Order: sequence, then C-alpha cells, then structure tokens
Amino acid sequence: MRTFDGTAVERAGACAPPLSHLRRPFALLYFGTIAVRQSKEGALMSMIKKPPEPKTEPGAGVSRRGFIRDVSLGTGALGVALTPGEARAAAPALRGPGPVPVTLTINGKPHKLQLEPRVTLLDALRNYLDYTGAKRVCDRGTCGACTVLMDGKPVYACSILAIDAQGKNIQTIESLALSPQPDPLIRAFVNNDGLQCGFCTPGFVMAAKAFLAENPNPTMEQIKRAFGGNLCRCGSYNGIRRAILEAAKAAQGGKNA
Amino acid sequence: MQAFAYASPTTLKEALALLADRWGVADILAGGTDLLNLLKDHIHTPQRVINIKGIKELGGIRKTDSGLRIGALVTVSELLASPEVRAEYPALIQAAEGIKSVQIRNMGTIGGDLCQRPHCWYFRQGFGLLAMKDGRSLVREGDNRYHAIFGNQGPACFVSASSFGPPLVALNARVKLVSAKGERELPVEKFFVTPQSESEREIALRPDEILTEILVPPAANVRNATYEVRQRETLDWPLVTASVALTMKGTAVASARVVLGHVAPTPWRATEAEKVLAGKGLSAAVIQKAAEAAVTGATPLSRNAYKVQLVRAAVRRALEAARPKA
Repeated sequence: MRTFDGTAVERAGACAPPLSHLRRPFALLYFGTIAVRQSKEGALMSMIKKPPEPKTEPGAGVSRRGFIRDVSLGTGALGVALTPGEARAAAPALRGPGPVPVTLTINGKPHKLQLEPRVTLLDALRNYLDYTGAKRVCDRGTCGACTVLMDGKPVYACSILAIDAQGKNIQTIESLALSPQPDPLIRAFVNNDGLQCGFCTPGFVMAAKAFLAENPNPTMEQIKRAFGGNLCRCGSYNGIRRAILEAAKAAQGGKNA
Repeated sequence: MQAFAYASPTTLKEALALLADRWGVADILAGGTDLLNLLKDHIHTPQRVINIKGIKELGGIRKTDSGLRIGALVTVSELLASPEVRAEYPALIQAAEGIKSVQIRNMGTIGGDLCQRPHCWYFRQGFGLLAMKDGRSLVREGDNRYHAIFGNQGPACFVSASSFGPPLVALNARVKLVSAKGERELPVEKFFVTPQSESEREIALRPDEILTEILVPPAANVRNATYEVRQRETLDWPLVTASVALTMKGTAVASARVVLGHVAPTPWRATEAEKVLAGKGLSAAVIQKAAEAAVTGATPLSRNAYKVQLVRAAVRRALEAARPKA
C-alpha cells in the first residue's frame, strides 16, 4: 500500500481512506470515535457507506435541521453523511465520499481509476498513474511546478479535483518525451542553462509550451511578463527566458536562431 | 483534505437543491483556486462539494440595453479576451491584469473572485475570520502589515481579497443571487459586509444561494480605471488598489466613485475624495487634493501605516489613468 498524504489509497480493490491524515485533529471528527478505536478498513468503510441512524423519538418525524443538530451534538461521527431526506433528494447527483470511478485522458490515453472525489488531479497523476513529471511543491496554486495543459491551456494540477478533470485532454511533461527526438523546448532549456535543481522545470516547460502556441514570435519583454505563475527558487529566470526565446526562434525554422 | 461527497449538476435547480441553509455543509466549486486551498488547510470542511462549472447558463458575457451581463463562471482569461469588456470597462481589464498568473486566469472565475475568503494569515492558519483569542485580537497585537487601515474599529481587521470588488463597486454593478426560494439583486457595494461575529461572513451571500451573474451598467460616458500598488510584478496580492469611475460632463467630472481595495474588510468607498472631484475638471491640483482626501479617517494598525501613503499614490494614479486624453 502506498500512502502519501492522506489523499492516496491502495490501488487495487481498496476503498478505505488511509489513516495517515489523522495528523490533523479535524480528521478525528470525520472518522468519529468508533473509527479511531477500530481502525480496520472494513469497519471504516461500512461506516462511511452507512451512516448511523439518528436517534429520534419513536414516531417523531426527522426534520433536516433537527437531524443535523442531533448528530452534530452527538458522536460527531456523521462526517460526510447526508440526512435521509437530503440523500433522497440528491441521491442521483452525489458521488463519494468513498472511491468512485474516474476516467482521465492523459496525453491522449484514457485511464480508468477509482478515486475519492477529494483527490486532486496532481495527486492522481503522481500517486495513481506514475506520471511524476508534474511536481508537488506548494500544493496551493502558487508555485507553478504542477502546471499541466488542460485542453491546451496551462492550469495548476494541484488546484483541480481529478473528478473534475474528466472529459478534458490533460497534457503533461511526459508527452514531450514520447518521440525519439526531445521536444525543441527541452533542448533549449538544456542549451541555455534554463534550470539548476530542475524541480520547477516541468511546470515552466508546460507553461512555455502553451505560451509559444499563442505567441509564436514573442519578444523578451513579453516572455518576462508571461510567467508570473511559475516560481524558480534557484533563480534561473534569465536562462529560462533565453531558452523560451531560443525555442520560439527554432520553431520559426531556425530564423535568427 | 477532509473527504466529501461530490456533485456536478448541469442545471441551476439541481445545484440549488444540494445546498443547505447553514454554512459548513456544502461548498460551491467553480474555478477552485481558492476553495481547494481552504479544503486542504481544513479551513472549510464541507460534507459535500457542488461543482457548478457544468451549468451552462452561468457562463458567457452578454451586452444588453441595461449594460453588460457577466456570468459568474466567466474566467479571468475570458474577461481579458472580451471586446465588450475592453471597450467600456478598462477598470475591470486592469484589475484582471493584476492577476499575474496565467494558470489562475485560466481557472479562476469572476464569481469566485467575489466569493473568495479573505487571505488574512490568522484566518488561513485556523484562528477564525476575526482572529480573536481570549477576547483579544491577534491581528491588533500581532503582525498586521497587510491588514485593514479603514473600517477596522470593529472586530474585523482582514482585508477583502477580491480583485473585481473595487472596480465593480466603482462602476455601480449589481450581483444576482439565486436560491431555491427565489432570486434577488444586490449592488456589489452591499454584497460585501463587515462581519461583527465569528458566525458571520464577509459577503451577503446566504448559504443556500448561488451568485449567478454580475450586471454592470453601461459606461460609455464613464471614465474608469484601476491602479494596483504591488510589491512584486508577479503572482502576489496587491498592497493597495484604487478603482475610479468618473461620470463626465464635457471635460468636467459630474460625479465620481472612488473605491479602494485591500485596505478594509470590504471594498472601501473614499467618499471624501468623491466630493472633491464632483463638478471639477481633472487638473493635477484637483487630483492631488482628491488623493489627499481619500485617506480621511484612516486608522492604521501598528504595522501598516505605510498603506496610507500607498492609498494616496493609488488614487492619484488611477485618476491619471482615467483622465480623458487631451
């Protein structure tokens, strides 16, 4: 079993979320006291699938509000469960919180997975599919190391739920290494020392890929302003900018290269 | 991130049926650039997340007789690419350009910008929206360099993080809020509120409502601009922003709206500056006087008095940008 950060579960046949994210006290509320005492996966799952019945007076109607109040004042084990009334009204639309089937199209190839709705696209790529090119650095939509292209546009894979990326064409850095010849953009990064430690590089290359598709003939000034969404802690910005300029010129047929 | 049930309805009706009548049960997912951070940090721990991106009627920019109708799901990129917005609303374009990351522009929506939670670091670290501990304000006694210099006499000292709030207030825009029970319209100015207790929010949206669209009045005769004072020319929050909308009569200002961003728990109307501008031409002296009037009533905290001077600069530069070219 590979657990990473609390969003990962076993790949095959597994349903139970790992307990590794119990490092947060809030998680205790979700699992409830019963779950913590019996950490067997089966026990957890049965609880997630079947929330405990509310305590009600015999014959009393279960109002939505009353139910929520009762349970939240009770064990706190309700977690993600819905009231019976809510579940009936919403049943066709709601999925999870346990693993649900998710199909992702990565670099043109469909992948069928069982994922909890809370798993981000980045964690799905890295932890479930071994597309480890996109990097998990800040995990808060700030640094750009997880940049992938979604229907051709650069986005932060850490800020998209995998379940929400279904039906989209996801392009990762791995797609640039598929052909025997490395992508000219990669060659340009090497030629211009567009990296030091290399951790931000996949994000920069994907952002540059999208930028050059829209601006095939950019000026240095445009390049300087276009990558505010990617950070390089080594400070290789000058090399990165030169690399992108060189790649643009190379794509123009070697003109001015 | 706490586990949650997920739904991706394709109609507004379905989405509204999944909302609850109190906060904390359901969260609405649009661009996700703020919500996912709140979920990861356990600031929000909803039982269900409702993805509204599949609801077609919430997208699109449409010009009508009563102005521009901007769907809540319009992304920052779409806004920047819109000729209708560019033609009449430079204040919105300049605010969008302040969002420096192309990735955020591609994902983030205008509705989400208005509904995003404050970025006060005490709030984001789990100390609550008002960051009170044992009856004392962590903000007042702690590091408040990015906090409010206006409207901070109550318990709330955070600043509204919205980029589009100030220009939309300046342009006198309205938001449409829809719940299962009906719909209502509010001026954007009334959409932002200053919470007085921890159970309140910083926007007037109710937990069972969805912000569906933004209605911006025609601005053909309204000179408008936004200026952001920033520490870095890359992805970061501005320190102070100013949006101005000047209804012109010839070369003189008939009436003005001057709205400051990142200085108060809401977008902040600088009414004294507006009074200075009304009925005057935009000479350098008038602009300087308006900039000075904009800081009237500022009550900086221990570490953010620098923002007072930034307000003067932001107002002056926004007015210069809005001034008709000679």
